[in-house]
Amino acid sequence: MFVEVSPNDFRQQDLYDRLCAADNASRSGAVVTFTGRVRDYNAEGSIDGIELEYYPGMTEAALQQLLEQAQQRFLLSDAGIVHRVGRLPNHAQIVWVGTCAPHRKDAFNAASYIMDMLKQSVPIWKKEWANGAAQWVAATSTDSQAAMRWLKDTDESGA
Amino acid sequence: MKVKFFAQIRELTGVEEIECDLPVPATIDGLREQLMARGANWQQALQTNVLCARNQTLCDGVTPVSADDEVAFFPPVTGG
Repeated sequence: MFVEVSPNDFRQQDLYDRLCAADNASRSGAVVTFTGRVRDYNAEGSIDGIELEYYPGMTEAALQQLLEQAQQRFLLSDAGIVHRVGRLPNHAQIVWVGTCAPHRKDAFNAASYIMDMLKQSVPIWKKEWANGAAQWVAATSTDSQAAMRWLKDTDESGA
Repeated sequence: MKVKFFAQIRELTGVEEIECDLPVPATIDGLREQLMARGANWQQALQTNVLCARNQTLCDGVTPVSADDEVAFFPPVTGG
């Protein structure tokens, strides 16, 4: 398992290779990766990039804890999360999640679970830039509902 | 104790990190009250919609605090 918080961009292939190397012992049948990118608009119109603030130490610990929770909940052989911070232009990569499992359902569900819970429980805050000014993004109720779904739903645990 | 602020709360207070005396009562809410007494901007920053962590773990208002703790106040998270 690995977590990384960094201002630097990442390469898909590097992270895929890193995940598969970590998983080498179990040689999983399914690998799912998700990448989040900066949208060039919000509800008000076009934007000019974002800026992400984090809590050094706690952010990494929260990501690590999230991977452990995913591993308890799904039949995973390995997983990783990379999250960028700092100023990011439109269309830049923000976040990467990779999961390895013997079967695809666990890999898909775990990746989805990790993203839903990340948006709810990991200390990272987003600002959107537009017309030379930045505005903090408010937490949305749809993100909260997505996370709540996992708290209620025990059918998809793969157990 | 060391107290840290993030995002809107950091901007409203104008402070990233301060040293605070142990509040009375020695809880997160006690500390929050003590900080809000520092001025209108502090009150605005800490009044509503605030999450807190003690030693980098999420906690709530009734959580006890001690002098060697690191406490942080921040808004609901918006990463991903």
